[in-house]
Amino acid sequence: MTDPTTERSPKARFDSLSGSVDERLYSQMTLIRQFEERLLQLFEGGELFGTTHCCIGQEADAVGILNHLDERDIVFSNHRCHGHFLVYGDRPELLMAEMMGKAGGLVGGRGGSQHICYHGFHSNGVQGGIVPNAVGMAMAEKLKGTGGMAVVFLGDGTLGQGVVYEALNLASLWSAPVLFVIEDNQWAQSTPVEKELAGDMVARGRAFGIRSGEITSTDASEIYAHFADIVASVRETGRPRFEVVHTYRLCHHSKSDDKRPREQVEARRVGDPVPLLARRLDPSVVARLDAEAGRRVTEAEEHARSLPFPDPSTLEDSLVSAR
Amino acid sequence: MSRLDESERELNVLGSLNGALHSILGDDDRVVVLGEDLLDPYGGAFKVTRGLSDAYPDRVLTTPISEAGFTGVAVGMAMRGLRPVVEIMFGDFLMLAADQLLNHASKYTWMYEGKVDVPLVVRTPMGGRRGYGPTHSQSIEKHFIGMPGLVVVAPSVFHDPGALLRTAVVDDDRPVLFVENKLMYARPLRRIQGGRVGDMAARVDDARYPTVTLSYDDFRDADVTLVAYGGMAELAARAAERLLLDDEVVCEIVLPSSLNPLDLTPVRQSLARSGRLVVCEEAAPIASWGSEMIARVSAEAFDLLEAAPVKVAARNLPIANTRDLERAILPQESDIVAAVTRAIGSHTTPVHLAG
Repeated sequence: MTDPTTERSPKARFDSLSGSVDERLYSQMTLIRQFEERLLQLFEGGELFGTTHCCIGQEADAVGILNHLDERDIVFSNHRCHGHFLVYGDRPELLMAEMMGKAGGLVGGRGGSQHICYHGFHSNGVQGGIVPNAVGMAMAEKLKGTGGMAVVFLGDGTLGQGVVYEALNLASLWSAPVLFVIEDNQWAQSTPVEKELAGDMVARGRAFGIRSGEITSTDASEIYAHFADIVASVRETGRPRFEVVHTYRLCHHSKSDDKRPREQVEARRVGDPVPLLARRLDPSVVARLDAEAGRRVTEAEEHARSLPFPDPSTLEDSLVSAR
Repeated sequence: MSRLDESERELNVLGSLNGALHSILGDDDRVVVLGEDLLDPYGGAFKVTRGLSDAYPDRVLTTPISEAGFTGVAVGMAMRGLRPVVEIMFGDFLMLAADQLLNHASKYTWMYEGKVDVPLVVRTPMGGRRGYGPTHSQSIEKHFIGMPGLVVVAPSVFHDPGALLRTAVVDDDRPVLFVENKLMYARPLRRIQGGRVGDMAARVDDARYPTVTLSYDDFRDADVTLVAYGGMAELAARAAERLLLDDEVVCEIVLPSSLNPLDLTPVRQSLARSGRLVVCEEAAPIASWGSEMIARVSAEAFDLLEAAPVKVAARNLPIANTRDLERAILPQESDIVAAVTRAIGSHTTPVHLAG
C-alpha cells in the first residue's frame, strides 16, 4: 500500500523515513543496487526479455538529487532510469512488473525498462529529445503558477545531441524552472568521453546564461547536500540550473556488453557509492537495511511473477488517456 | 497591428485560420502559440498569427530558430495540461522536428498506457507554386501519415479551416499535424450552403474532421471519383468543371480533411457510383498518401473498381525555383484532366468494337 501523502513527493517520503540522513540515503541506494543485481540475474536466467540499462555505480546521483523534490515536481529521465524511478516512486514491484512485461507494470508492459511513467516521473529512450520536453513541462508549471519545477537527467554522451542546446537556449530565454543534471559517467555506451566530447561540460550551460556548476563525487551525502541549494534556487528564482555530476558507471551499458578496460573499471570500484556510504554506518544498521531492501526486491519479483501478461485485446486501449 | 479586418476574415482561408486562433486564445487560457517570427507587427511569415501577440502577449511566444527545441517544449507543455499550437514556418522545416513527433509526441499516450495526453497542434504551410524553390515548396505530410498516434489534418477551401483548427486545438487530446497549403491562404472559402456549393451538390459527413463530397449530378451518377485534399481540392474542382463542360464527363470529388486516420467510407460511397478512382496530391509520388489511398481501395473495395486507379502527383524530383520548371514538376489541372481521361479509357472488361 502506498501512503497518499508521500506517494508523489520524494521529499515527504524521505523526511518520513527513520534514521540519519546517511542511513536513509543508504536504504535507497541498497534497494536500487539489489534491484538491478536481481534484474541482471533474471536476464541471465532468461527470465527477462529485451534489454536494460543499469546505473550500478551512479546510485548516489538519484538519491542525492531526487529526495529534494516534492509533489509539484516533474522528473524526466532517460534509458538509465531505474535508480531515478525507485527514488521518485519507491515502487519496485511496479518497475519489476514492467521489466517482466506484465499487465500491472508501470505502463502495462508497453514501455519496458526505458519508457516509463508514474505520476510526475517520465522516461524515454531517445537521447536528447526529452530535454525540451522537460523544459516545456517546467514552463507549463510556471504558466499555471503551481510552483513546480522539473529535473531532467542526461549523460555526457547526450551532450552530443543538438536539441539539448536548443533546449538550454529556450530554458534560459524563457526562464523555465528546470534543473539539467548531467550524469557524466565517462562513457557513452562503449565510447570514452575523450572520443565523444570536446571542450568543457560546465561551460556549455554557462554559455546560455544558465547558472552552472559541477561536483565530482559518488558520495550520496555530499551530493544530497550539494543539490539542496540548487533545487531550492531553481524553485525560488524560477531560473534554470545546469549541474554536472562526475561519476562512473561500474556496470556495462546494457546487460553484458562491457568491453571497457578492466583495470579502469576495477580502479573505480573504490568510489562505489554503496560501500562508500556503508563504511560510515553502523554495520548492524547496514545489515538491517540490506536485508530489508533484499526482502523488498524479492517481494517485487514475486509480485511481478504473479501478474498476468497483458491481453492483446487491450492493444487499442489508451489511444487517448483515461481522464 | 490588429487582427485581420472582418471582411478579409470572412473571405479567405488566412482570415478563417487567424480568426480561429484569436477566438481560441480568447476562450481558453490553456492555449499557447509558439513559433518563429510570430510577434506583431510582423505576425508570422504568412500572417496566420497576425494580431495574436498584441492581444495575448503572455501566451504567444516567438522562438529562436529551433524547430526541434520549441516543438519539444510544446510537447512538454501539452503533457502538463496546456494546449500548445506550434507554427513551423515552412512545412519543409518539419523534418527538423520529426523526432519530436515520431519518438515523443505520438508515443507518450499509448506508451504510457494513457497516463498522459499530448494535445499538441503543429500547424505548417506546405506546397509550392510560389517560386520558393526546392526547400520551401514541398508537401511532405506523406512522411508523417504513417506514424501511429499522430493525426494529420489538411483543410481545403471547401472545409471550414478555422473550425477544423479549433477542433484540433480545443477538442482533440491527440497530437495533430495541421497542414495548410500555402497557396490556399489567399483563396476565398467555398462555403457549402443548402447542400450546394456553386454548381455542385455537396455532402459533408459527420466525422470530427469531415470529408466533403461534391457532385455535378446530385449524387445520382458519376463517371469518375476524384479524391484530393488541401490545395489540390480546388484544382480537382476546376478539372471537374472543365471535364463536364468540354467532355460531358461527370466527376465526383471526395475531399477528406483527415489524412490519418483515413476513413474510406466516403470514397467507397462515391466509387459505388463511379467505379473509377483518380487520386490527386501535390507531393512527390513515391510512398505517398495517394499510394496509400490506392492500396487501401484496391484491397478493401476492389469490387467497386471498374478500372485501374490513377494517381496524379508531382514528378519525382526536387521542386525547381523557376516558373516553367516548377509548373512542369507540380501537378496541374491538365494532369488531372488527362488522368480522368485515362481512367475512363481503361476498362477491366473488354471493349466491344462495333461492327
